[in-house]
Parts: sequence; C-alpha cells; structure tokens
Amino acid sequence: MRTLIGVLFDGVAYGSLLFLISLGLSVTMGLMSFVNLAHGAFAMMGGFLCVTLMRRLGISFGLTLPLVFVVIGAAGALIELGLYRRLYRASALDQVLFTIGLTFMTGAAATWIWGPSQQPIALPPSLHHQITLLGVDFGVYRLFLVGFVVVLAALLGLGVARTRFGAQLRAAVDNPQAAAGVGINVSLLFSITFALGTGLSGLGGALAIDVLGLDPTFALKYLVYFLLVVVVGGPGSLKGSLAAALLLGVADVAGKYYVPQLGSFVIYAAMIILLVVFPHGLYGRRA
Amino acid sequence: MSFTRSGLLVASLLCLATTRAHADDTIKVGLILESSGPFASQARQIANGAKAYVKAHGDTVAGKKIELVFKDVGGPAPDVAKRLAQELVTRDKVQFLGGFVLTPNALAVAPVATQAKVPTIIMNAATSIITAKSPYIVRVSFTLSQVAAPLAEWAAKNNIKHVYTLVSDYGPGNDAETTFKTVFTAHGGEIVGSVKVPLKNPDFSPFIQRIKDAKPEAVFVFVPAGDASVGFMKAFAERGLDKAGIKLIGTGDLTDDDVLTAMGDPALGVISTHHYSAAHESPENAAFKKVYAEVAGAGVRPNFMAVGGWDGMHLIYDVVQKLGGNVDGDKAMAFIKSGVTIQSPRGTISIDPATRDVVQDVYVRKVQKVGGQLYNIEFDKVAHVKDPGKS
Repeated sequence: MRTLIGVLFDGVAYGSLLFLISLGLSVTMGLMSFVNLAHGAFAMMGGFLCVTLMRRLGISFGLTLPLVFVVIGAAGALIELGLYRRLYRASALDQVLFTIGLTFMTGAAATWIWGPSQQPIALPPSLHHQITLLGVDFGVYRLFLVGFVVVLAALLGLGVARTRFGAQLRAAVDNPQAAAGVGINVSLLFSITFALGTGLSGLGGALAIDVLGLDPTFALKYLVYFLLVVVVGGPGSLKGSLAAALLLGVADVAGKYYVPQLGSFVIYAAMIILLVVFPHGLYGRRA
Repeated sequence: MSFTRSGLLVASLLCLATTRAHADDTIKVGLILESSGPFASQARQIANGAKAYVKAHGDTVAGKKIELVFKDVGGPAPDVAKRLAQELVTRDKVQFLGGFVLTPNALAVAPVATQAKVPTIIMNAATSIITAKSPYIVRVSFTLSQVAAPLAEWAAKNNIKHVYTLVSDYGPGNDAETTFKTVFTAHGGEIVGSVKVPLKNPDFSPFIQRIKDAKPEAVFVFVPAGDASVGFMKAFAERGLDKAGIKLIGTGDLTDDDVLTAMGDPALGVISTHHYSAAHESPENAAFKKVYAEVAGAGVRPNFMAVGGWDGMHLIYDVVQKLGGNVDGDKAMAFIKSGVTIQSPRGTISIDPATRDVVQDVYVRKVQKVGGQLYNIEFDKVAHVKDPGKS
C-alpha cells in the first residue's frame, strides 16, 4: 500500500509537470487550430534561461521562475506576431514543417551556446531531500511541484470561468467567427493567449530540469508526451489537459515501477485505450 | 571544343593526377564518432585522445603522413554509421577505420570492414561480440564482461551477499548483467532482483524506488558513461538510497572521469572496477595527461575513452611502421594477430591473437577526494584479464 501511494504521488508529480507545459499547446491547438510543434522548444528555452540566470547572475531558483515566465512569454508573443501569424491560414502540413524547423533551429542554437550535455542545476538545499509523511517517503521537490501546479490550475480555472478575458477566450474557442462578430478582438486574444501558454511552458521547462533533465534534445524528446496530453485531453480544454496529464503521468510511472520490462510502452498503451474510449479526447468538443 | 574549354579539361585532369600522387603519401584514418547528441562529450574525449597521440609522436610514420578524417554519426544510429563507413572507404579512401563510442554503430560497420578489408580499431564500444563480427576488427578499449567479473568477485569476497542489478538495455548492459550474475552467484552471492532501463532518456526514479523497496545490500549498476551516470547518481542520492544503507557498486562507467566532478559528493565511496583512472600513477599516464591538456584545454580531465583514442592511434602507428608505410588490410591484421603489446597510460595491454580483443589489468577503485577534487583511487587489481564474455 505504501509503495502504491509513493508511486501514485510520483506519477501525479510527473503529470503536474506535463500539464504545466502542455496547457499552452492545448490552448493553441484548440483556440487557433495551429499545430505548434515548437512548443517543446519554448519549454526548453525556459529551462536554459533558468540555468543561465542562476549561473551567470546568481539569481536564486525561486526568483528565476517568474522571470522565466515573463521573458519566455514575451518571446512567444514576439514570435507569434512576427512568424506564426502568417501561417494561421496555412495547411496543417505547412504549420508542422515550419514549427519542426523552428524546433531544430532552437536545438542547434542551444547546442552551440550551452553544449550538448545535461545541464546541472543547483537547487536550494531545502528542496533537495525527502520527508516522511505517514510512513511514506516523499521528495520535497515533487511536493513543491504538485502544490505549485494545483494552485496554478485553480487560479487558471477561476480565471477562465470568472473573468471577462476568460469568457472571451471560451467564446473564441467555441466559435471564432461568432466571437469576432460580437466584437471580440480575436487576434489580440490569440497573441495574449499564446504568450501566456508559452510563458507557462517556459516555466514548466525550468521546473522540469531537476525531474526530466535538460539538454538540447529536450524539445524533441518530450514533444511526444506533450502532444499525447493534448490529444488525450482534448485540445482547448484546461480540465482535459489536467486529467490527461495526471492519468498519463501515473500510467508512465506505475508502468515503469511495476512492469519495468515494458515500462516505457505503458504510456502509449494508456493513450491507445483512452483514445479508443474517448475519440475526441476526455473533454474534447465534437468538431 | 573551344580553346578555353579544352584548356579547362586538361587543367582539371592534371589536378586529378596531382591529387592522386599526393594521396599516395598520406594514410587516412577514418574516425566515426557520435559527436553531436547525448554522447558528444565522450566522442570528444576519443577525438582528443587520438589528436593528442598524433601531436605527441608527430604525424609522419615510415615516410607517410597520417591524416585523421572525422565523421559524426550523432548517437546510436547504425544505418548512419554504416553509410559513413562506406563513404570513408570509397570516397575518402581511408586505410583504417576507428572510433565508436557505441556498440550498435560498431556492429553496423563490421560488414563494411570485411568487404573492404579495412582494419577497424574499436576505441570504446564494449560489447564482447563486436570482435567476432569481422576478422578486420581489433579492440583496444575494454569489454563490460572484462570489468564486471572482477567486481563480482570483489563483492562476494567483501561480505556483500545480496545484490540488485540495474543496467541499460543494450549490448554492453546485457554483457555486464550476465557476467556479474554468473560470477557473483558462482562465489555464493544472491541476486535479489534485476532491472533493465531504456538506453534513450531513461528516467531513473521509478527504477530506483523499486530497488529501495527491495532492500538489497548493494546495487550493481551499468549505464553508459556520461549523462546517464550523472542522472543515475542524482536519482540515487535524491531517493536517499545511500542513507538507507545500500552500497553502490558499478563498472567504471558509473564514475567516469569526464563527469565525476559534476556528480559531486554523492559519488564519494562508490566502488568501481575499470581499466583506466585519470589518477593512475605511471610515467606514461603523466606524459599522456600533459599532451592531452595541450589538445583539449587545461582543466579537461581525460577519461577511459581518451585512452582508447590514444592507444588506438598507437596501434595504427605500430602497424604502419611495421608495414613500412604500405598498408594492406590482410598484412595489417596478420601483424596484429602476431601478439602486439602496448605501453598504455593505463598500464601494459596486449591484443589476444585468437580474439583480436584487448587483454589488460582491471583495477578496483574507490571514489575519494584528492586535492579537493574527486578521483577514482585504485586500491587493488586483477592482472591480465581476458574477456570472459567470449565463450
């Protein structure tokens, strides 16, 4: 029983990280119908930015997090304005080719600047040990992750449900033409949402360094998992992303623990089963 | 044809003629290395080791100039490795192939070596079966079986009765696990569990949790040297396995000199077995480290991969010298099989004429702090170990 709780907790922690990074991708795909395969690259740059801030400027880990969110979000907004906007009406293939090319370029730039190896990160010692609650050992960092994402998800959920911006967002996801028709500035909405989504993924990338590691292949390595979360959860849905991320996170960790020979395959098996049962995603809207 | 056109034709034919004449004075060595991607740092060690040897001994042997041609295979990519080997042999006309951090790439090149009759020097890839795949392959590095067997003996003799094994799921990992299990159980030990982790981006946490719950006395680990060993060390310390009283033992890949400093204090006290430690005390090693620093930069520590590159070039130079500069694949292999001994920075090594694999001393080491830095300090050794994996 104790091991089950431990494994579940690890899975939830991993899932929280996936959720944080994948949420932006889900909203982009649901809201703008834009296949953004460069999403992993934004997360990766968030990680590298965090490492650079800590190492070069000596900023503490906690302080880098809001900085990374703002800088990567701003970068996302700029790239959306300058590059992505031209491709909203393009075919899905063009979008895929463009964003994958962007990912390769980012990976190569990261290799050039930081080198091909894993980036070591010096977390504050307060976050780097285990505590024992009710007889089970919990990693403090993973506890921090889960807590952080729970609070964030609650705030985002409230934001989407209770604010005007949230209402406009929901309207634009449901029916962009009608939303534009009632005077919502859909392109401004796109930019702000894209910036928020990439900011969140950058933040996720920084938080992920200790759990997933960080090297220039990060963007492509984990892209599959982000896409899994979006597809299984249903594009454009916050609840969907959260549910899918948690489910897939637990499936992955539990699979590796209980069936190590098949370990890495379990997450794909879970995806197949979930998609067969929910073809449009857990909370996806029928197209 | 106009005058200028025919003039151009004659000029280009002349150029071809002169290049061919120039080529006869150069012996090209094609090095296939995983220079981009997660094994880049290891590939760089091999490259620098090879370059250091050329720097220390000059680039001329028996009147011929030695030229190194580097090709990047990017990671575990056997189809790319094979294509690069074919290009090196047909286009660049290399007379030796070498390099190979990873086993899958070395295995893919074997048929090319056989068909082209090009001596292929394995400077790292450590699975036993590689040398059997082509009569033109010779290895100067090590095999996992060769270093895992002494570790299993040491563990059995030092009061460790229950061991859990964790290895990466590919050739060398399978060799390490099989040899360790065989030797350890033969000496009366018990394997309480085994797990194989995927080679590409493994997340060690769930596997380590499993080990913690099994409560062995020690865990035997093989993961490829570099990022994987750092990742493992970090997860090991984070889950508190050392505090739970579980000893960590492994092949020297775990405490690789290239990343040992990055691992930090959690690595202290780890017992490993390997064929080379940067802290090895010998005049050859001191000389090697000095030249290496000139090539790689001061403060870059050479590891066993660098020694593989260095000794690989040593063997190539010996072959060229012996054949008077006229390298023929079959004659080269005949010389290699006549019993070659090399004074390596790691100690004395020799090539087994029957298997074309390396025979060397294997050291038992402990990670200790020397002068504020972590090193693998040798405290015991097993002499003249042949690869037990060849049976």
